Amino acid sequence: MIAMQAGFANPVDDAQAAFRAVLDAIARPGRLAHFAAPAELPPGLGRAAAALALTLVDMDTAVWLSPACAPSADWLRFHCSARVAASPSAARFAFANAAECPPLANFDLGTNEYPDQSTTLVLEVPSLASGGSLALRGPGIETVEHVGIAGLPAGFWGQRDMLHELFPRGLDVVFVAGDVALALPRTTRVEG
Amino acid sequence: MIEGYNFAYLDEQTKRMIRRALLKAVAIPGYQVPFASREMPLPYGWGTGGIQVTAAIVGRSDVLKVIDQGADDTTNAVSIRRLFANTTDVATTERTQDATIIQTRHRIPETPLREGQIMVFQVPIPEPLRWLEPREAETRRMHAHADYSVMHVKLYEDVARYGHIATGYDYPVVVDGRYLMKPSPIPKFDNPKLDRSPALMLFGAGREKRIYAVPPYTAVRSLDFEDHPFRIEKWDESCALCGATDSFLDEIVVDDRNKRMFVCSDSDYCQTRRAHGHGPATDSQEAAE
Amino acid sequence: MYVAVKGGAKAIEASHALLDQARRGDPATPELALAQIASQLTLSVDRVMAEGSLYDRELAALAVKQARGDLVEAIFLLRAYRTTLPRLAESLPVDTDAMRPIRRISAAYKDLPGGQMLGPTFDYTHRLLDFALAAEGKRKTVEPVAAEPQADCPRALDILDREGLIEKVAESDASPPDLTRDPLQFPAERALRLQNLARGDEGFLLALGYSTQRGYSSTHPFAGEIRIGDVDVEIVPEELGFAVCIGEIRVTECEMINQFQGSRDLPAQFTRGYGLVFGEGERKAMAMALVDRSLRAGELGEERTSPAQDEEFVLSHADNVEASGFVQHLKLPHYVDFQSELNLIRRIRADQTREAAE
Repeated sequence: MIAMQAGFANPVDDAQAAFRAVLDAIARPGRLAHFAAPAELPPGLGRAAAALALTLVDMDTAVWLSPACAPSADWLRFHCSARVAASPSAARFAFANAAECPPLANFDLGTNEYPDQSTTLVLEVPSLASGGSLALRGPGIETVEHVGIAGLPAGFWGQRDMLHELFPRGLDVVFVAGDVALALPRTTRVEG
Repeated sequence: MIEGYNFAYLDEQTKRMIRRALLKAVAIPGYQVPFASREMPLPYGWGTGGIQVTAAIVGRSDVLKVIDQGADDTTNAVSIRRLFANTTDVATTERTQDATIIQTRHRIPETPLREGQIMVFQVPIPEPLRWLEPREAETRRMHAHADYSVMHVKLYEDVARYGHIATGYDYPVVVDGRYLMKPSPIPKFDNPKLDRSPALMLFGAGREKRIYAVPPYTAVRSLDFEDHPFRIEKWDESCALCGATDSFLDEIVVDDRNKRMFVCSDSDYCQTRRAHGHGPATDSQEAAE
Repeated sequence: MYVAVKGGAKAIEASHALLDQARRGDPATPELALAQIASQLTLSVDRVMAEGSLYDRELAALAVKQARGDLVEAIFLLRAYRTTLPRLAESLPVDTDAMRPIRRISAAYKDLPGGQMLGPTFDYTHRLLDFALAAEGKRKTVEPVAAEPQADCPRALDILDREGLIEKVAESDASPPDLTRDPLQFPAERALRLQNLARGDEGFLLALGYSTQRGYSSTHPFAGEIRIGDVDVEIVPEELGFAVCIGEIRVTECEMINQFQGSRDLPAQFTRGYGLVFGEGERKAMAMALVDRSLRAGELGEERTSPAQDEEFVLSHADNVEASGFVQHLKLPHYVDFQSELNLIRRIRADQTREAAE
C-alpha cells in the first residue's frame, strides 16, 4: 500500500494564499501567479493544479480529469471529498493535460441566465512565460499584456475565439505549468 | 482572537463556496453571481455581504481598512473592524494608501487607489433593475439578453421631467460594455473612480445573496445621454477643516438657524491634508467659527 | 471650531455595558436560569428553534435570555451560531406516521381511528388572566400519560386517499435542494418552498395565511389533521450502511385538505397543503399549510392574483432575520446618500424656480 500524499500543511493559510494568487491571476489576465504549497504532489497534478484543487474543490463540485490527471482521483477524493464527473460537461472544475484537452465547447459553458455555472478549466502546459508572442487585451489589463503559452493543441485558439460570440456564456481557463499559473477568463481577447 | 471560531469567522467550506463565486464574478465583470450567503454575527443589511467577501479573501499579511460614509470612526465601521480584529490577527489601518483591503459602505476613498489593492463594497440591493421590475426571474432574463430598455426609459423620463437624470447615489453603470450594474449606494461623485481603476473591486450583497466584481482597468460607464452627459456633484464650498475643494463634502448643521458648514466625508483624506499643513480657505473659516 | 465626531468605539462599549445591565434587570430579583426558560417558556423556545433552524432547547433558551426575551433577536442569535457548525450527516426524512403524539386532532371527521386527542392546548381555555398564577405555586396535575406510538392511527388524509378523492403525493427519492447551501432561485420547487416556510416568520405567514381565508386566493381549507409529538431522527452512517436513531425531536405537523374544482388537466378532487415545524407550533404549522397550498397555484393551473400565491413575494420576504436586519439598517448612517439627495432636490428646486421666473 502506498501512503497518500499530504494536502496543505496549513489548510487555512495555504488555501488563503493560493486563493489570492488565483484571484489575482483572473483579475489580471496574463500575470504569472506562483504557488509554494502543497509540498508533496499527488500523481497526475503539478503544484499549481494541486493547490487550486485543495483551495476550490469540495463535495459540492464535480471534477473531470483528463487521462494524464486521472491518477490524482484518489487524492482528490481523500483531500477534497471531490466527486469525479464522467464527462467534461458535468464538471465545475476540469483538470487536463494540454495534449489531451477536449474540444472547448464540450465543457459546461453555463447559460445566459447563469453564466457562472460554467466549468473552470485548469490546463497543464509545458511552460508559461511573460513577454511572449501572444497579445492579451480586455478587463484586468491596462493596455496589452504579452505572454507565451507552450504546448497547446492545434485549433485551441480558434475554438476559444468561437466562444466569444456566446458571451456571457464561456469558459475560464487557468493555465498551469508546475508551480506557476496564468489565467484567461472568458473576456480576454488573444491575438498572435 | 476569540476562541472557538475559525480564522476570519467563516468555516473553510463556506470560504471555498464564496471563493468560487468570487472567481466567476471577476471572470464575468458586472454579472451578479448567486452565492449561499450565511447568517453573520452582524445583521443582514449591516454589511454581511462585504464581511463575507472580506473573510473569504483576507490573510495574515493583509492590512485592513474599514470605512462607512467615508469615515473610519463611524459606529458600523468600528463594529466591523472589531469583528475582524476578534477573528483574525490582521493589521488594521485608517490610511488608504497603506491598506491592502478596504471594506466600504457608501464611499470610495478620495486618495487614488493603486494596483494590488482590493475594495470590498457592502451592497444592500444589488439588482439595478429592481425598482423597475421587482421579479428576479424577469430581471435575470433582462440581464441574459442585455435588455436594459426599462432603465433607458426611466432615465429618459427623468430628463423629460426634471431636465436631467434625477439619481444622486447608486447611479447605474455599464461594466465592460455589457452588464448593467449598481455601484452600491456610493454618491455619483465616486462613479468616475470605478472606471479603469487599478484596484480590484468586489461587491458583496449578503441578504440578497449576490457577489459581483469589476476587475482592474475595466471600463465602467455611468449611463447618460449625448445631450445630457453624466456629471458629478460640485460644491461652492470647500472643506471647513482642510480646505479641500476636490472631495465629497458632508453638510453639517451648526446651529438652530440652519447655519451650516461642509467637511470632507473621507476622514483619512481630510486628516492627511491637515497633517500636510492644509487648512480652511479664509472665506470658510468664518462659517466654521 | 468644529471637530469631527470621534469615539465610536468607546460609545459602542458603553452601549454594550448598558445592554447587559438592562438584560439582567433588577438585581434584587433572582436571575433566570436556562432550565427555567427551557421548561417554562417552552413555546418561546420552540419558536426560536423553529425559525432559528436549530433543534437545541438549551441553546435556544440561552438565546431567549441573551435577547431579553426578544424572540426575533433570539432567532438571529441561533441562526448565526448554526451557520458556523460543520455538517456531519444528513438525516433520513422523519416518519411522522410513527410519531408518538401528545396531541392529534382532525376537524374534517367527527371521529376517526386513533381518536381525537386534545393534549395541552389553549384552545378551550377562557382567556382570563389567572391571578392565582401571579401568586406562584399553583399547579394542576394529571396522571402522566407516556407518549406512545398510536397503533391504529391512520392519517385523516389517507382515508380520502383510499377513496381516490385527494391528489396523490408525488414521491421522489431525489435529494431535496438545500436552502442553506444554495441561494434561492426562482421558480422554486415545492421542497424548497417548504424549507423556506418552515423557518419563515410566524407573523408573516400568519398574516398571509389569513389573507387566503379572506378572499385573497381562496383555497377552501379544512384542518385535515394536526399532530404534535415526538419523532425519531435517523441517519445512515457511511461505515454501517443501515439507519441508526440519533435522537428524537418534537414536531408539529399540519395537513390541510383543500377543495379543488379541477382544471383542464385535473379532475375535481381535494388537494393538500402541508406544514411542519420544530417543537409545538400549531399556529405556525397551520399558517404554513395554508401558504403552501396557495403557492401551488401554478402547478394546479390556478390564476395567480394574490400575494400569498406569489412565490417571489412570499419566499423573498418570509425570513425575519433578513427582514429585521434590512428594516433596521436604516438606523445606520446615511449621510452620504442623504447629501446626494439634498444636492439633487436643491438642484431640481433651483431649476423649477428659474423656469417659473422665465
